[in-house]
Amino acid sequence: MGSSQSTSEEVRELVGKTGFSSDQIEQLHRRFKQLSGNQLTIRKENFNNIPDLELNPIRSKIIRAFFDNRNLRKAPTGLADEINFEDFLTIMSYFRPIETNMDEEQLEHCRKEKLRFLFHMYDSDSDGRITLEEYRNVVEELLSGNPHIEKESARSIADGAMMEAASVCVGQMQPDQVYEGITFDDFLKIWQGIDIETKMHVRFLNMETIALCH
Amino acid sequence: MPGPGFCGLSPLRVFPSVFVVAALLGLLPVLRSHGLQNTVTSKVSTMGLYIGPGDGDVTSAPPEVSHEVHPVTNHSGPFHGKPRKPFPVLGIDYTHVRTPFEISLWILLACLMKLGFHVIPTISNIVPESCLLIVVGLLVGGLIKGVGESPPVLESKIFFLFLLPPIILDAGYFLPLRPFTENLGTILIFAVVGTLWNAFFLGGLMYAVCMVGGPQINEIGLLDNLLFGSIISAVDPVAVLAVFEEIHINELLHILVFGESLLNDAVTVVLYHLFEEFAGIDHVTLVDIVLGFLSFFVVSLGGVFVGVVYGIIAAFTSRFTSHIRVIEPLFVFLYSYMAYLSAELFHLSGIMALIASGVMMRPYVEANISHKSHTTIKYFLKMWSSISETLIFIFLGVSTVAGSHHWNWTFVISTLLFCLIARVLGVLGLTWFINKFRIVKLTPKDQFIIAYGGLRGAIAFSLGYLLDVRHFPMRELFLTAIITVIFFTVFVQGMTIRPLVDLLAVKKKQESKRSINEEIHTQFLDHLLTGIEDICGHYGHHHWKDKLNRFNKKYVKKCLIAGERSNEPQLIAFYHKMEMKQAIELVESGGVGKIPPAVSTVSMQNIHPKAPSERILPALSKDKEEEIRKILRNNLQKTRQRLKSYNRHTLVADPFEEAWNQMLLRRQKVRQLEQKINNYLTVPAHKLDSPTMSRARIGSDPLAYEPKPDSENLPIITIDPASPQSPESVDLVNEELKGKDSVLEEEEEDERGLVMHPKEPSSPGTDDVFTPEPGDSPSTQRMLRCLSDPGPRPEPGEGEPFIPKGQ
Repeated sequence: MGSSQSTSEEVRELVGKTGFSSDQIEQLHRRFKQLSGNQLTIRKENFNNIPDLELNPIRSKIIRAFFDNRNLRKAPTGLADEINFEDFLTIMSYFRPIETNMDEEQLEHCRKEKLRFLFHMYDSDSDGRITLEEYRNVVEELLSGNPHIEKESARSIADGAMMEAASVCVGQMQPDQVYEGITFDDFLKIWQGIDIETKMHVRFLNMETIALCH
Repeated sequence: MPGPGFCGLSPLRVFPSVFVVAALLGLLPVLRSHGLQNTVTSKVSTMGLYIGPGDGDVTSAPPEVSHEVHPVTNHSGPFHGKPRKPFPVLGIDYTHVRTPFEISLWILLACLMKLGFHVIPTISNIVPESCLLIVVGLLVGGLIKGVGESPPVLESKIFFLFLLPPIILDAGYFLPLRPFTENLGTILIFAVVGTLWNAFFLGGLMYAVCMVGGPQINEIGLLDNLLFGSIISAVDPVAVLAVFEEIHINELLHILVFGESLLNDAVTVVLYHLFEEFAGIDHVTLVDIVLGFLSFFVVSLGGVFVGVVYGIIAAFTSRFTSHIRVIEPLFVFLYSYMAYLSAELFHLSGIMALIASGVMMRPYVEANISHKSHTTIKYFLKMWSSISETLIFIFLGVSTVAGSHHWNWTFVISTLLFCLIARVLGVLGLTWFINKFRIVKLTPKDQFIIAYGGLRGAIAFSLGYLLDVRHFPMRELFLTAIITVIFFTVFVQGMTIRPLVDLLAVKKKQESKRSINEEIHTQFLDHLLTGIEDICGHYGHHHWKDKLNRFNKKYVKKCLIAGERSNEPQLIAFYHKMEMKQAIELVESGGVGKIPPAVSTVSMQNIHPKAPSERILPALSKDKEEEIRKILRNNLQKTRQRLKSYNRHTLVADPFEEAWNQMLLRRQKVRQLEQKINNYLTVPAHKLDSPTMSRARIGSDPLAYEPKPDSENLPIITIDPASPQSPESVDLVNEELKGKDSVLEEEEEDERGLVMHPKEPSSPGTDDVFTPEPGDSPSTQRMLRCLSDPGPRPEPGEGEPFIPKGQ
């Protein structure tokens, strides 16, 4: 390994920070170089080189999530212009599978982190709430793969979902009460029944960088 | 539990016993009359359910049908020379109806038993139903034996051809696909490797036991023992279903044990046929083993292939059934059954074919068929599988009494012991191996439940029954051992698993309602993970699933789903389904007069306070609103009456008096309807008249609401108090209205038209009045319409004024 970024000391540092094993870091680094075209940083345009990603309906949100300062733990708002390898790993660490030796507290922390990542994806204006507009936007994007579905349907689904969320989080509401939006705690409540720890992970074990870029 | 009044309880206790006695008494004359006709070996034998000198040997040639030798007193011809008897007014011809009669009697017994158990809650809490049924079977068998007849034995042919398929089809059609596919690797390993391990371990150990076990069992060779091992090692889906259904453990464990019981059929079939073939041969060569190995793949993959083919054909057929809805369920049943039979025809795994066809056809068939057909399929499958299961367990009990047993302490006890040991060791070993590859590891608690849930059942018995006595002289011994193991697992393990689950605090099934939020989040997560995998360059689980979905959407759905549904994205389909469900729930609960506590008061106002600015409705004065509201509400009742007996000449004479109470009830119902629909169904008129919606229309759900297409006309509400024809006339205004947030949003769903009748002095109960005002007409309102069931096609005259508008 001759590259300046993959000296064993830096690797060890990264291992400590992100929790990946050194093999995984090696592989991810290779992928990073492929994406960035051997540069040190990645910009948004680099993600356009992945052909499979084109078909993904929520592509823009995913790419945005990589540059979101909240996910990178740099700032409460805003987007970064470019990310380096360490940032790349930070984002990827949200998708690590849970380990068997975790205790309750660590498990809870892990769960919260993953859900926070999701929350940031929904809450695009970083105000800490998922408003009705943002939710509608999410549903529209999800349905964007079907060109002949109109906005009306997407909006009504989002409205229905929002009302359901309101009734779950607040309960009975008077006609004059207003529900501003889903806060992170409400979000946790909604996700309570679902085991996010077991669902939100990608196997980093055997990765071959066979997905080619243009 | 102790009831308030003692006398109130005793009739309940007496009931089931009365049922039992009645059922049994019903059987007795049957048997007695049979005793009179001993020489009759009629067509019953070919059905296999014969009450005769119990032999139960399927492989014997079909018995000669010596026709009815009953005393022919009725049909004596003139040339017989018998003394002429008077014409018989009443006669008995039992043999004529014998077979169906007996079958019906057995099924009736099963149903009554099921009924009885639920009337006594105390016992069914402790003892699982399967145990009770076996006990009943034992009793009935004992009774029949006591009468002097030999009770029927569970014929393998009946079992495999008639009793087993409904249960498997029910399981396969409603298989929860997502957890199944997520855990497929684990399930396969348990099913294949686990069963193989069980069979060989058990067979080998039993061979060792036989060598030293004493003179009675010394002659049982290795192959015979391996055959026995393969019969008894398979976990039985029927027993697992019966027991696990009642304990409600979490989804993961349920699908693991249940999936294993389904998929191990292929292994069982192969091993059984293999060892049965080899039993005649002295030594086994390597070629045979390789061929056996190969046959496993053929059997399992062939079964799946057959199932998939039939599933696709069924889905394709359902595409064209829109005009003959009534036979849709029949297609589903027939194609699945044919898949099973075709697989059995080629000695492939019938169970896997059935599962594959159910899984394959379900998403497409459900998109094509009507709501009623869907309900029919669901209920028929549940009904048949429930009865099958009951019958199987009862017959197990009866067969125990009926069969000839050969008890050998060593053999039986060691079988039992080694079965348990094999299962535990197998599960432990395999879990250790599997956990290396699983993200969600299996905890020791999980492992215990999996091991403990390995119940044996009727499949093992039937397979043993199928053995040919000539090749396997120790058949009775095997059967005895099999029955003992079945009894032990069903009784002991079945009864104790529930307290153990509670004791170990195993996670139970979470009764989560599928909410639209969950659906959105799940889809979002799927796409997110696929995206991350693509970014990582890792072609994993999600990547392939995504590719499959895309392929499905692009090609397969277009072929197999009729009309517009083929393009409907999953989210929308789900949403519509939920809406319909809620609307139906709402209507069903509305009649009681109280609002269910689950109704939330959250409405659009709460989440979107900017909504008022979108209101297109100019503010009507309060009184006008009230009046309109009253008219529309009243019209709901009128509509119903009108539609019942449509005759435009009799419309005018509406019987007010008798409908008074009905109207009051309606109003209450409508009020709740308003509230609830206000909350949930904010859906504006869909331009896309999705088939779900048209299904709602066609499906004759009362008060299902239908979006009407856009129209350019401004709705005109003209009220004509006096038309030339009659004092009270009805004027249905042609409204092509669509709606959204409006003040009268509450009434949107109820009305169909406006009914007018002369003004009466208003009093608190009689507010069915609308004061006509000449200049009142076009208020720009948008309202949704709610139609009562207009039938499969809207009548041509619908929506037009009944009586031409007078000036």
